Amino acid sequence: MNEVLKTIIEGESLSTAQIGEILGMDEEAVEKELSKLRDSNILLGWRPILNPEATEKEHVRAVIEVKISPEREGGFDRTSERISRFDEVESCYLMSGGYDLLVIVKGDNLHKVAAFVSEKLATLSGVLSTATHFLLRAYKEQGYYLGDKGHGTDKPAVSP
Amino acid sequence: MSQDSSKYVARHVKELPRSGIRDFFAIVSQMPDAISLGIGEPDFISPWHIREAAIFALERGKTSYTDNLGLLELRKVIVQYLESNFGLSYNPENEVLVTTGVSEALDITLRAIINPGDKILYHNPCYVSYHPSVTLAHGEAISVPTQAKNNFKLEPESLINAWQPGCKALLLNFPTNPTGGIMDREKLEEIARFAIDKDLLVISDEIYAELTFEGKHTSIASLPGMKNRTIHLHGVSKAFAMTGFRLGYACASSALIEAMMKVHQYSMMCAPILSQEAAIEALNNGQDSVQRMFEQYLRRRDYIVRRFNEIGLSCHVPEGTFYAFPNVQSTRLNDIDFSHRLLHEQKVAVVPGTAFGENGKGHVRASFSSSYEHLIEAANRIERFVGSL
Repeated sequence: MNEVLKTIIEGESLSTAQIGEILGMDEEAVEKELSKLRDSNILLGWRPILNPEATEKEHVRAVIEVKISPEREGGFDRTSERISRFDEVESCYLMSGGYDLLVIVKGDNLHKVAAFVSEKLATLSGVLSTATHFLLRAYKEQGYYLGDKGHGTDKPAVSP
Repeated sequence: MSQDSSKYVARHVKELPRSGIRDFFAIVSQMPDAISLGIGEPDFISPWHIREAAIFALERGKTSYTDNLGLLELRKVIVQYLESNFGLSYNPENEVLVTTGVSEALDITLRAIINPGDKILYHNPCYVSYHPSVTLAHGEAISVPTQAKNNFKLEPESLINAWQPGCKALLLNFPTNPTGGIMDREKLEEIARFAIDKDLLVISDEIYAELTFEGKHTSIASLPGMKNRTIHLHGVSKAFAMTGFRLGYACASSALIEAMMKVHQYSMMCAPILSQEAAIEALNNGQDSVQRMFEQYLRRRDYIVRRFNEIGLSCHVPEGTFYAFPNVQSTRLNDIDFSHRLLHEQKVAVVPGTAFGENGKGHVRASFSSSYEHLIEAANRIERFVGSL
């Protein structure tokens, strides 16, 4: 794996200058590597990971199981791509098992998400059924454990 | 009153110096905003699957003593682990003893083999407990110097020069805390030949074996003719980030294990069962976590070593462990003054090299098991400090 990519995946918030310092590259070379990663659609973007509990007043999230009918040419792709283009859709995955698509939708409130599902999603041609589950509480968000971490305070600062 | 009661302390304990690290720790602990590169353990906490195994063991009511040698299941797992990773072969029934960390393993080893006055060779600089442990077992520790110009490998000539009649054993620790030195196979073979020639027992503390960055770690017990004269000491503390579990083990011939077991059964009795259960999980399923931590150490090492050299503190590349051991003599400060002034003036804690023996003079130990952010900031502060001198 690309060294720049490895460094940013470790999850520390580092500037390109800091990444360059760690890897012994100049900042420009790091920028170049990053744009190469973006151009090749490996690095999709940068976003802070927020604690959903802290932002729950501003929006709600729902996980929707969607059954769709595959088309003769294109299989599941065309319908899946149409669904994915909606701004309300955060993530969309084709699944094995009891349904076809797992769609994660974010909206300002419950009504807006419900309206999106009933008016936009369920009415798309090719969509056979939907089952909507609203997220109640987050315990871990994209690798970040949200509970009491309970460590790090009692380690001696100097030890043999 | 305290003067009165001190007369009860045994002479050899009274004469034993306190670890220099403890004094330094007392100062650092008063400075909560200091960046500490003084920590002798991984920055990671034990991987969750290992902690979860310990919790599950508690839930199942695993709260008893175990066999003095340790759980047979764990001994079997240890044997398998050593075989597949280091090409060692032991019988789990009578050649493996589970201990409360390598510290206990070393202590019972020395107490099991030393007759008063026996001489034990050890390379220096080294882990802080070696010399005192030999003294506490009524032996005499004979120092063999290692040097930065040889990447702190044990040179056969130095060993030959240090040897004297009455030497019974050679204590090795590669990769070495604090120097990061390792031994390549050829050099280790020379050491093994010397041990055979002088009929030395070899005590090999290989707690950092998994953290070997250059080449593959060779266990001296795997060399021809060495298994029966080697006590292999190892544990899960460093590679699996499990220091607080206090879980180590010793592997040797059944005659030696039997002798060590006697000391162990009358002092420690057995290692804590929850730690033993956690170690089974670690050795069976922990390789991915070890690999992930290993890669992070490697990148951090390359960074900090480069910075030390750029700052003008000449630093060899540590080939194992998570310690850099730069030379600070270019600053014209000795390692103790350097460490104290760096701490007070720039709030970065490193450990003076003399804490690890007289041959650590002029060096400091800096752990690179820390976040990039901390390492970058620490390096910047050290640069400012050196620039201000």
